[in-house]
Amino acid sequence: MSEFSEIFDILLLQNYNTRLVVTCTLLLGSACGLMGSFLLLRRRSLMGDTLSHATLPGVCIAFFIGILLGGDGKSLPLLLMGATVTGVFGCMVVLFIRNHSRIKDDTAMGIVLSVFFGAGVVLITMITQMPEGAAAGLESFIYGKTAAMVFSDFKLLAIVTMCVLLGTALLYKEFRMLCFDEAYAAAQGWPVKWLDVILLAMVAAVTVAGLQSVGLILIIAFLIIPAAAARFWTDHLDQMLLGSALIGGLSGWTGASISALIPNMPAGALIVLVAAVFFMISLLFGKNHGVLVVWFRQLSLRGTVGRQHLLRALYEILEADNVQSDEIVIRAVPFRQIRGRRTWSDKQLRHHLRRAYHNGLIDAVTREDTISLTEAGLEAAARITRNHRLWELYLIEYADVAASRVDRDADAVEHVLGEKLVALLEAKLVKLHTAKGLAVPASPHPITPGD
Amino acid sequence: MNAAPEHFDQTAKESLVSGPLPLVIQDLTVAYHRKPVIWDVDLEIPEGKLVGIVGPNGAGKSTLIKACLNLVPRTSGEVSIYGSTYEKARKRVGYVPQRESVDWDFPVSALDVVAMGTYGTLGWFRRVNKRSKSLAMQALDRVGLAEYADRQISQLSGGQQQRTFLARALVQDADIYFMDEPFAAVDAATERAIVELLKDLQRRGKTCLVVHHDLATVSQYFDWTVLLNMRVVASGPTEAVFNQGNLHKTYGGTLSLLSEAAEKLAKSR
Repeated sequence: MSEFSEIFDILLLQNYNTRLVVTCTLLLGSACGLMGSFLLLRRRSLMGDTLSHATLPGVCIAFFIGILLGGDGKSLPLLLMGATVTGVFGCMVVLFIRNHSRIKDDTAMGIVLSVFFGAGVVLITMITQMPEGAAAGLESFIYGKTAAMVFSDFKLLAIVTMCVLLGTALLYKEFRMLCFDEAYAAAQGWPVKWLDVILLAMVAAVTVAGLQSVGLILIIAFLIIPAAAARFWTDHLDQMLLGSALIGGLSGWTGASISALIPNMPAGALIVLVAAVFFMISLLFGKNHGVLVVWFRQLSLRGTVGRQHLLRALYEILEADNVQSDEIVIRAVPFRQIRGRRTWSDKQLRHHLRRAYHNGLIDAVTREDTISLTEAGLEAAARITRNHRLWELYLIEYADVAASRVDRDADAVEHVLGEKLVALLEAKLVKLHTAKGLAVPASPHPITPGD
Repeated sequence: MNAAPEHFDQTAKESLVSGPLPLVIQDLTVAYHRKPVIWDVDLEIPEGKLVGIVGPNGAGKSTLIKACLNLVPRTSGEVSIYGSTYEKARKRVGYVPQRESVDWDFPVSALDVVAMGTYGTLGWFRRVNKRSKSLAMQALDRVGLAEYADRQISQLSGGQQQRTFLARALVQDADIYFMDEPFAAVDAATERAIVELLKDLQRRGKTCLVVHHDLATVSQYFDWTVLLNMRVVASGPTEAVFNQGNLHKTYGGTLSLLSEAAEKLAKSR
């Protein structure tokens, strides 16, 4: 019973500490999601990683300075300032290496990231061996210590989130142009270097603010996973920013709540895992680019193409029955004859036949293995054949495609012809041919009869 | 010092009559990693010309354009646009970068991209407003893409993407346009559309500098030609300078349309 009420307390944010932690991670997640989108689009995702790793020596140096100034070295503003300084310095080193040598971005980032982190680890080891360092707890910067967040952390995160929101609102169009086409922006006179600096400063702000909660190793996940996930759902930048902030915020909220439920579970790692779940869902089901969605779209197109091939084959066989008149008389067509029309396997053809039967386009396959169109099937077949021939005529007329090759070229495109395009084709060709009304124009090339 | 090209005096005289020239380049040198890409370029382009810039790969054609627009640092030399520096003349300059220079998977629509042409006049912090959108729409209409305005740019064909870039430059209503290979890997319809657009710009008295790869169409498209291979080999009216002798000098005697075409093919794959 008491356990249940505990869970309830956490989920309903009854507990002051939980409320604080969850709110903090929510804010951080949204801010990171927002900035991460720009990082991703600027192709600087790993810059965030470089920045976060490069904060470690700064934290340690700030600690030393704090002691030299006579304190205990644990003043948070001083530590965070140190983190910012070396973090940004690390990024500048990356840019310097890239601009002044033949070394590329990724290599430069790899070098800077590991060297700065290495330096940080050396310094932190020295600190833990010092008497003052015994209780320094600087390791929390590496892995984060979400559960121990206090009100001053909240204040910092709130301010940073506000700044990031304001900056994005003000510089939305500037950042969009910078990320899309830097050279064009520069030609228009925008100070791209300074815009880059502002963007980097904003990323540095959320990174440093997030050090306390998720730690410097995992903050990169908070920056890029929500943005990458949001990209699967939309092709609009504003929606992507919103979605990314939302996914980031939700990950923070959920991850922190779970870690509050399970004793000794680090929130940083849980938040990342929750974000990863969001990413997986987006990867598979994302409305615009999700793997399954794209796969399903392709599958349904394949189905359409198969059905159209089948119907056209049937139409052309019936058409050949009666060369003298335009009348098409439905009759049963042997399976073998259709099979010979295209290079499709028995299995494929039977699959298409089954589908066509379910759609009411053909009658049930008889015992003699013959197929006959229904009235609706004939109508559809006529329309499809007509589109195919219109397209063929257009290719011969306007694209200089040889009549002998036109069948295959038309094959590739006709399945995606919309009504609008068909109307356009008609308008273009009606003067030259007798393609009036619903009549199907004659094929511009001899049709190979099936056996 | 440098021997002035033949046309130098003539255009200089003209400039006295009709105000400053759209583009004057003096002693321009640009180097990447200490290796000069263009060297001692002198160039004068008269008003209202359609200028084709041709030369082999690596001749510095793109670099020349970028140096005019202050996009790459100059080692030495001066560029003046309508008699003043680029910074001052910026509003009169339109730029069409190479299509491959950006990520076409970017989450923006064709209209969004074209509207970027109005950012310069909008200025800091101001959001894209109705006026910019309607200007962008008009420009899209001029390149025949009005119905694709809301398409995400990755769903456009290569030619349509190129026309989107052109529309973005058109929005600025500039007086001089710098276009970096607008004809690269586009379909025949787009090529025709671009040529029409260029002629239209010329009729309105605009000057266009176009980096061009297809030697076969130079005399057909451009009335002024610059042959470039690190240095300016020749610059002048196309009928006067676009000849076998100058081409030979530009392409270092190895010129063969076939090898050039083969190279282009390899690049486009």
